Amino acid sequence: MPQMTDERVRAGMNREEDPSLLHEVSMKTAGVSHLEMCIQCGTCGGSCPVAMDMEHTPRMLFAMLRAGMREEVLRSNTPWLCVSCYHCVVRCPQEVHIADVMYTLKGMAIKAKLYSDSTAPHFSQTFVDMVEAYGRSYEMGLASRHYLRHFPLRLPSMMPMGLGMITKGRMTITPKKIKHLDQLKSILHRAKQLELTS
Amino acid sequence: MNKYLLYPGCSMDSSAKAYMESLNEILEPLNLHLEEIKDWNCCGATEYLGINLIPAYSLIARNLALAAKQMNPVNGTGGTRTVVAPCSACYLNLAKADYYMQERPTLGAKVNEALAAGGLEYKAGTLDVRHLIDVLVYDVGLDTIRSKVVRPLSGLKVVPYMGCMLPRPDYQHRWSDHEHPTELDDLLRALGADVIDYPLTTECCGGHMTQIGPETAFELIRRLVADADERGAQMMVTVCPMCQMNIDAYQNEANHFFGTNYHMPILFFTQLMGLAFGKEPGDLGIGVELVSARNALANIGVEVPVTQEPAAPRKKDEGLPMPRRWTKHEGRKEAVK
Repeated sequence: MPQMTDERVRAGMNREEDPSLLHEVSMKTAGVSHLEMCIQCGTCGGSCPVAMDMEHTPRMLFAMLRAGMREEVLRSNTPWLCVSCYHCVVRCPQEVHIADVMYTLKGMAIKAKLYSDSTAPHFSQTFVDMVEAYGRSYEMGLASRHYLRHFPLRLPSMMPMGLGMITKGRMTITPKKIKHLDQLKSILHRAKQLELTS
Repeated sequence: MNKYLLYPGCSMDSSAKAYMESLNEILEPLNLHLEEIKDWNCCGATEYLGINLIPAYSLIARNLALAAKQMNPVNGTGGTRTVVAPCSACYLNLAKADYYMQERPTLGAKVNEALAAGGLEYKAGTLDVRHLIDVLVYDVGLDTIRSKVVRPLSGLKVVPYMGCMLPRPDYQHRWSDHEHPTELDDLLRALGADVIDYPLTTECCGGHMTQIGPETAFELIRRLVADADERGAQMMVTVCPMCQMNIDAYQNEANHFFGTNYHMPILFFTQLMGLAFGKEPGDLGIGVELVSARNALANIGVEVPVTQEPAAPRKKDEGLPMPRRWTKHEGRKEAVK
């Protein structure tokens, strides 16, 4: 372990560094991520419609990845705020698959239990639970479970909207199931085993 | 006859059923035949990709595998390798899985290993995945569409709202531009509508943020609606169920949050096509939107049948004590006023 100098401490480098992090994230990302090619130009953060609410812009997050700051990266709210609008992706001069890297980081944060706000991970998990149970999304079940758990105080102001959706036939009370649910379940079961070994 | 495979997606028979109803109405005049993929499943939206990679892509690929099986009917002619998705998120997921399974062959191999557990397989690149408006503009053609117009929409001021997931990332280079595509503008002009230039046309509606970070979502909705309003639009026109849902169903909550009073209806482009083709508003799902398009359509002499309105919100402040509004940052609300 190298001796800590005052400079290193001031620069925030007195933490465990993890040189394999960048490679790990890149390999776990779908497609060829080009993450290693980032030139820190900042086009991503400047293009992002929700950058104002992010703890780190994508550029900063990628610098932290390169610096091996695993815990800080996985605790960041940035991937959870990404709205997948792909503005940064089409503008990135290095063609980094930024939105897909954000998906990877969400998955890693869930596995490491390092997210700071559970609203988004719970929503994703509830959505996935419904899809795995029925093969289709089930808005009524999703909305009621999610709002009761995370936004109980929002329910009164949501009532006119929810009622409107139901009376106008835009939300069904019961879930719709696919016919070959067993087939889908076998596929997903095998896929999860493959996920663990990859 | 133009024949395609259809991947409807979950919202087409629930929140966006108006999209499906109006699509069914315009198929016959345009001589289009859409064959639904049998037993398709949810594409996972933007949620599954953030949890597990291989299961997420396997979920999407099951649909591609089923479509490929249906591609060439054993008896009968007119097979097709084109899958049409009317929802932008479904379109992107299907296109993305097809593209990444080729770009990263190891991903393709693993997904196929998972599919094999269900007796399926999919060779990436077998199918063409396209969005509905792509097929209407580039296969059917604007001239054909123009020739079917019996009730031009002149006098109806609309902003075309393409949304974000349709023109981006655009793996197969299908669109005129990534940020300012003109396909929807051109189509609406062919219907005779007064199309207003809308620079925010591919800005995000917030996607799932209305569910997990409402304050962030309300700001995105406000930008879109405020700009459409300032430009004098009577309605927004969309190609995506998610965009329609966010702008329509959450506009009221966003109004509460910012202390604004916008009333900006948003309809699907297929509903306007149906109107221009002379169909009845009731058959096109017009009237199920929560921000009513009745006044906007009255400008062009279209009468929308009255449907049941949602319960009126509580008007009086007195009465039982109610919980404080859930908004966390009162500051931003003040700043925007």
